Amino acid sequence: MSKDDAFFWEGAQEGRLLLRSCASCGEIAHPPLPMCPHCHGLEWGTVEASGRGTVYAWLCSKHPNQADDKGRIVVLVDLEEGVRLVSNLLDTEIDEVTAGAPVAVTFVEVDGQILPQFRMTGDSA
Amino acid sequence: MSKISDTAIVGIGQTEFSKNSGRSELQLAAEASLAAIQDAGLTPDDIDGMVTFTLDSNDELDLMRTLGMTELNWTARGPFGGGASAATIQLAAAAVASGAAKAVLVYRAFNERSGRRFGQPDPNGYTSTAAGPDFHFSYGLDTPAKIYSLWYQRYLLKYGVTNEDLGRYVVTARAHAATNPAAWYYGKPITLEDHQTSRWIVEPVLRLLDCCQESDGGVAMVVTSADRARDLAQPGVRVAAATQSHRKGGLIMFDYYREDLSEFEETRTMTERLWADSGLTQNDIDVAMIYENFSPVVFLTLEGHGFCKRGEAKDFIKDGHIGLSGSLPVNTNGGLLGEGYIHGMNNILEGVRQVRGTAANQIKDAKHVLVSASRSGMILGPL
Ligand SMILES: [Zn+2]
Repeated sequence: MSKDDAFFWEGAQEGRLLLRSCASCGEIAHPPLPMCPHCHGLEWGTVEASGRGTVYAWLCSKHPNQADDKGRIVVLVDLEEGVRLVSNLLDTEIDEVTAGAPVAVTFVEVDGQILPQFRMTGDSA
Repeated sequence: MSKISDTAIVGIGQTEFSKNSGRSELQLAAEASLAAIQDAGLTPDDIDGMVTFTLDSNDELDLMRTLGMTELNWTARGPFGGGASAATIQLAAAAVASGAAKAVLVYRAFNERSGRRFGQPDPNGYTSTAAGPDFHFSYGLDTPAKIYSLWYQRYLLKYGVTNEDLGRYVVTARAHAATNPAAWYYGKPITLEDHQTSRWIVEPVLRLLDCCQESDGGVAMVVTSADRARDLAQPGVRVAAATQSHRKGGLIMFDYYREDLSEFEETRTMTERLWADSGLTQNDIDVAMIYENFSPVVFLTLEGHGFCKRGEAKDFIKDGHIGLSGSLPVNTNGGLLGEGYIHGMNNILEGVRQVRGTAANQIKDAKHVLVSASRSGMILGPL
């Protein structure tokens, strides 16, 4: 966590998926940056994302030396707002994940920290 | 004014590659460096520049003291880990071409297996609450295998590349290692079945045998002017071109935030510069040394350099093009999967040996070797 991304984790604590948008030109930067690469503005606001998106890529993360580690599914999610996030996909198996599958955000405590994570919604994209 | 192509690699040196060197990283650096300097027919007093990685733990002055050097006038370090391994030669060659240094020692040495292993989650815990949350580590991306696989999976998905396709590269690399006495896997070729029955490290992308060999060891090279190279002990190997390419929106390791992850954009743009600077093209390349921390990198890099079309590396490899008797022998030392992972630097040494004509798996009449680390690369050739 840094000065540039604290807002994201504070938002997560409140159950909101916040993205950093440039106060001058509206450009959304993720991961957040201290200067807008589009207009070089230094003032940022936040926009609350809808939490809906689609799966772009995925894998199963297990400890390399612990065969019994159940693992977590790590996904790249393309949000409706045109931003890509790294997250986890819950309540599914690795071979049930498909490219473009619609997903929705959920907020879950992991190791004492609220993380935005996702579930497949089963909607048609 | 002289250019990068007016410089040459004149000395190479290395330690053995092992799983437990039993000595300090500084000793590995010193042994490899002295071997490279002596290979060139020089002494440590002839060296006035040093280049390594930002990640190398060996301080320049410590190495200077150890080698007994008198004066150092140039230092530089390349960022990005292995992706910039080839950039070390660009930094050294640029110093020589500009006159900032006369002879530059390039080194990389570590106990990457017996010490801190890159392939294991950090024991200090990236995900600990003390460090605070993070966009990547907090979600379980805690090893390079996982971090990189999240891009590779998109490539596999887009072009229908299977883990078995990856295995065909690994079988080839291990065949090359099997006849290279310096390789960790010397005398140990594998079959595709061996690959397919090795355990998943990152499902559905990487199995155990898709991963490079974490190793202890040191390698070093000496770069000086092409003119001076003619008077030295070994046939000089010209740095015909050396460059890097980093692109807007890119990130190191966590490079997920550009639109299309199914290609190495940097490799494509770097290639344009390499051809322009050297006057060569794909058809002039006799051997390609390709950085592969994990097997999919070879596929994406071959395509990025234009040796085959996007998505067709699996067919290029299946058709035997990258074997020792193929149209483009790749990683003739066994690569980082088969020879050892010295952060990509051992692949440059193999490029030098191929041009000298002294490789264990020598390709007949090899004249031009491409050494690529995806976002940094060079072409080596005769003086
Ligand atoms: Zn802006």
